Amino acid sequence: MKLSIIDYGAGNIQSLIFAFRRLGIEPVVTDNPEIITQSDRVIFPGVGEAGSAMHKIREHNLENVIPSLKQPVLGICLGMQLMCAHSKEGDTSGLGIFDTDVLKFDTGLKVPQIGWNTIEGLQSPLFKGIKEGSYMYLVHSYYVPENTFAIAKTTYGVSYASALHKNNFYGTQFHPEKSGDAGALILENFLKID
Amino acid sequence: MLTKRIIPCLDIKDGRTVKGVNFKGLMDAGDPVALAERYAREGADELVFLDISATEEKRKTLAELVYHVAEKVNIPFTVGGGISSAEDVGILLRAGADKISVNSAAVKRPELINELAQKFGSQCVVVAIDAKMIDGQWIVHLVGGKVPTEIELFDWALEVQDRGAGEILFTSMDHDGTKNGFANEALSRLSTMLHIPVIASGGAGSKEHFKDTFTVGKADAALAASVFHYREIPIPELKSYLQKENISVRL
Repeated sequence: MKLSIIDYGAGNIQSLIFAFRRLGIEPVVTDNPEIITQSDRVIFPGVGEAGSAMHKIREHNLENVIPSLKQPVLGICLGMQLMCAHSKEGDTSGLGIFDTDVLKFDTGLKVPQIGWNTIEGLQSPLFKGIKEGSYMYLVHSYYVPENTFAIAKTTYGVSYASALHKNNFYGTQFHPEKSGDAGALILENFLKID
Repeated sequence: MLTKRIIPCLDIKDGRTVKGVNFKGLMDAGDPVALAERYAREGADELVFLDISATEEKRKTLAELVYHVAEKVNIPFTVGGGISSAEDVGILLRAGADKISVNSAAVKRPELINELAQKFGSQCVVVAIDAKMIDGQWIVHLVGGKVPTEIELFDWALEVQDRGAGEILFTSMDHDGTKNGFANEALSRLSTMLHIPVIASGGAGSKEHFKDTFTVGKADAALAASVFHYREIPIPELKSYLQKENISVRL
């Protein structure tokens, strides 16, 4: 299986490489549209600020490549948020794959949310073998409200979408590569999705 | 519900764990990777590696260690100790660290925090603060708590938050090593006035101390070294105790 990790200068890519190596896959780290398009699976990582990350996506000429991909694509953390229509962070227009906004936590709780929280309402082959209420590692200040694409929910002052799915596109707000054995199983499930 | 985090801290010198560790079944007690794997298996929520070696060539050794930890461990970890530039941080993050912590360098040049937050994102910038009570005031100290500054803890904490820190790791020099409990009064004040998470450090000696720092001290996470290294408090036992005390933990 050919798996590409999109490298546009915004992500903890080394941890992802190791996570897939532990599953027996050697990922290709690339910003080359041709290689990305021809992969069997694509990972769209992201950490940092939405506006500058979108800027980097445009610099790498990937803003049209990513939404037109046909194979299973997994956006992680900021990657998932950038797959949405718009983020309040830096008033940033996203890739528009998921027609939803990204909002800032405003509930009086600590921001960023850092640590392990549960995922509930799991409904996707991505979560095969994952128990309701499993703990995942999250680090974020902005969130995707509940919407029709939600395949997992998490509560942090507000109940929000912690995973999304539409057609061949998947997104997780949490970091499966940092979420212990349960997270590793989610990555393994992603490799098996048809 | 977001859980309270239990964070073992590993002191590293020249790529090796210091403080004698006598884990049964651990082939090499000084191997930080083996120890990290073990903590991860036992249910640690995060790990902190603090590099205390003083040599110049340490940066390369530390980056290699980070790489090997990331290779084996599937929970988040922070690396700190002597980090003073965006270049240092870039090397460690590329090697696989999730977060870095800065301490003395941020006091000497506070703009460093802005630079790191802007370049790498607040989520990976932990500012470690060592402080000690002097004449009724919490005073920030440098060089592992040896050198006093003229900066007051709460002023500094607010400043680092404003400059873009994602988290604060507060160590009370008065409590560190005493095993008499965390500095909960100061922690509670910090946690209430800040909107970013606070990690409590210094003073852990019993399971009750962890409970107290989460309830009285309002800490978001608690860090300890020796009670974990010497197996005085096994992590699974600590976590089931905390759960019984109605503190939300990941089990």
